[in-house]
Amino acid sequence: MTFLNSLELLAFHNVAYTIYALLIIAIIAWFGYNLTRKEVAKPLVRIPFYVFIAFLVAAGVGHHIFTYNVVPWVAQDIMRESIKPDQVYKVVIEKHQFQLPSEKLVVECGQKILFDVTSKDLVYGFGLFRKNGTMVTQMQVNPGSKNTILWTFHDEGVFDLMSTEYSGPKGNGMFVPNIMEVRGCKTTLSQGGSK
Amino acid sequence: MSFMHDLIHGADNQFDHLSLNALQKATLRAVVVSFLFYGLAALEGMIMRAASINPSIPPVNGSVDHYFSIMTVHPIVGIFGSTYQLVFAAFLFLVPFLTKKPLYSIKVANATWILITIGTIMSWLASFVYNYAPLYTLYWPLPADTTQFKAIGGVMFIVGVALIMVGTLLFIYNIYATVFSKVGVHQNKTTKELLISGFGIDGMLNLFNKLTGKQPYSKEPALSLPVVAIFRGTVDTFLDALVILSAGVLVLVYLLADMGGVKLDVASIDALLYKNWFWWGLDLVADGLVLIYVAGSWYLLATLITGQKLFMENVARAALMLELLVSWMVWSHHLLADQGQPEMMKLISGEMVTAFELLTQGLALFITLVTLWKARPLKMTMELKYLLGGLIGFGLAVPAGIIQADMAMNRVLHNTQWIIGAHVHIAIIVGLYMTLYSAVYVLWPLVTNNAKLWSTKLANAHFWLHLIGGIGMGAFMGMAGLDGMLRRHLYFNGEYNLFMILSAICGTMLLVAWLLFLFNVIMSVGLKGLIGIFLPSKNKASSYGIEPANA
Repeated sequence: MTFLNSLELLAFHNVAYTIYALLIIAIIAWFGYNLTRKEVAKPLVRIPFYVFIAFLVAAGVGHHIFTYNVVPWVAQDIMRESIKPDQVYKVVIEKHQFQLPSEKLVVECGQKILFDVTSKDLVYGFGLFRKNGTMVTQMQVNPGSKNTILWTFHDEGVFDLMSTEYSGPKGNGMFVPNIMEVRGCKTTLSQGGSK
Repeated sequence: MSFMHDLIHGADNQFDHLSLNALQKATLRAVVVSFLFYGLAALEGMIMRAASINPSIPPVNGSVDHYFSIMTVHPIVGIFGSTYQLVFAAFLFLVPFLTKKPLYSIKVANATWILITIGTIMSWLASFVYNYAPLYTLYWPLPADTTQFKAIGGVMFIVGVALIMVGTLLFIYNIYATVFSKVGVHQNKTTKELLISGFGIDGMLNLFNKLTGKQPYSKEPALSLPVVAIFRGTVDTFLDALVILSAGVLVLVYLLADMGGVKLDVASIDALLYKNWFWWGLDLVADGLVLIYVAGSWYLLATLITGQKLFMENVARAALMLELLVSWMVWSHHLLADQGQPEMMKLISGEMVTAFELLTQGLALFITLVTLWKARPLKMTMELKYLLGGLIGFGLAVPAGIIQADMAMNRVLHNTQWIIGAHVHIAIIVGLYMTLYSAVYVLWPLVTNNAKLWSTKLANAHFWLHLIGGIGMGAFMGMAGLDGMLRRHLYFNGEYNLFMILSAICGTMLLVAWLLFLFNVIMSVGLKGLIGIFLPSKNKASSYGIEPANA
């Protein structure tokens, strides 16, 4: 199993977590019901203590190992200093305004794009969104720090730019529509991505 | 008895404020104020829910300044004004109750709730009057940005938060002084014995000795398990108070200089280092207040409800010690989207150590469930119902937190409604508050001298509305987050209206639940009784066991 974009990853987690949530509510409800009864229903599965603890450790740590192996952007993110990007876009943010290298950033499918974002004053966010509002990726932009993110686009589409961190009420208007276009992909998500 | 009679005198005349001692009154005062602040936080939440659907609805009226002012004070009122007060009140009563020792100081206990109340009101006014809105995160240099906020508003806000922290430090001092006082059952205990027990080290040594075939280190630990949890949680709360106070002093220096006409350079403070320091302390609110205090409360409630000893007590003590180490090392999960943060810090602190929260909280859940199970059949009392509700809350919220504390998931979840909905609101509203309501029902006869609850039907309605409303609101906010909805953003074009309408319906259930609870309490103690709680007590006793005179 490999997740190529955030939509696939989030849809998977949505289903997995919903099943888990229904399960834990059902278990506690079943447990509460049986607490009041003299005749106790036999559990379908009897889980020994050490198995429960092993499950918690495996679930906590395993979740990270699972996502590291199946989500391509994790390894790329950790190793980004040693990876040569196909294109570098330098962005400056000051006084709640994005200063972009051009009016529209056009990239070819599969290119490794490095966004190098500098804040001159406050803490901002740098987030790319599909036209239906779903998030592609984001990072925090701290003043005085190097803020870079390396990303590979696998789907055609047009994307919007938003600040994902609160920088005061003025930050609410930090929205640049149609800033990016990805071309040449075999997979096309209509209008830059729809479920 | 008639409705009017109960409204004025309380249900069946069974609540007499004159019979309450000083400890009971100090506890009840903070509880009353706590629930008033809870109502204010619920109202603020509903205003934001409504604005998320249609920003033009009053009182926001499409104003982002107003919206973010509400968002700034909402957690201050909810967490400090309400939760802190309720937890502190319960523990200031429970430590003397469990140790059979008098509280160190009633005056300090009263000063605690008064300072937190004044501090919360000051912070609220700073946002209400001056629209000061740096959010609770106070990311540097936003709180000192006088181009967006008036300096006077900032000073008022910071002084308010500082008063809350001073009240918190007084609570901690009161708890420590009570736990370490050499009276009653602790007359012959040394400070070393009490400290070892307080940190859960005796539980860990007992386990080690059992594994190596030696005699137990301590057959009768110096402190009971809930007291250990209170002491242990207080260590984190202390560190958290120091961090918030230090950040407050820094912001004050800049704001006061600005008011004096001097512009200090905000760039001289490293924003990322500040973020690390601030989150190291702020995360201790979650780990110290929520996880540890809640685990301790579960243990206490399970033993009080069943009347039996806690299952695997040594493991529970050792787990509290383990949580001490875990809670100090997990803050970096808040900075997984910060690219300047060292990758090793993200991997070790942010991902791996944070994952251990699943283990420590899972252990607490397991121990509580087995303790209840071994005592079955049990009557489904209000306290048991709420305890099960609290267990569901954390059963949902902790894994939701672990999901976002992951470098892959965080890249697309950071700052979305998933975090504040599925994780934070379910943890606090369902997990923490239902546990606290269970404690309220357990303590009710003790702190009110057996006042009668006016209506069990209302209490049940409150339970179901709170449980379904709390889970529903968090779930729908979470779903909006998975679709990209940011949590610190006001949308003007109805982008996520379906989920926001559903979450507003559930939020309304929460607000109605609170009104029913408040009405039930007022009808139980009566308006006269409610006022009487705030009058001085004739009985100066500060204990549920012994007093200093006969200690």
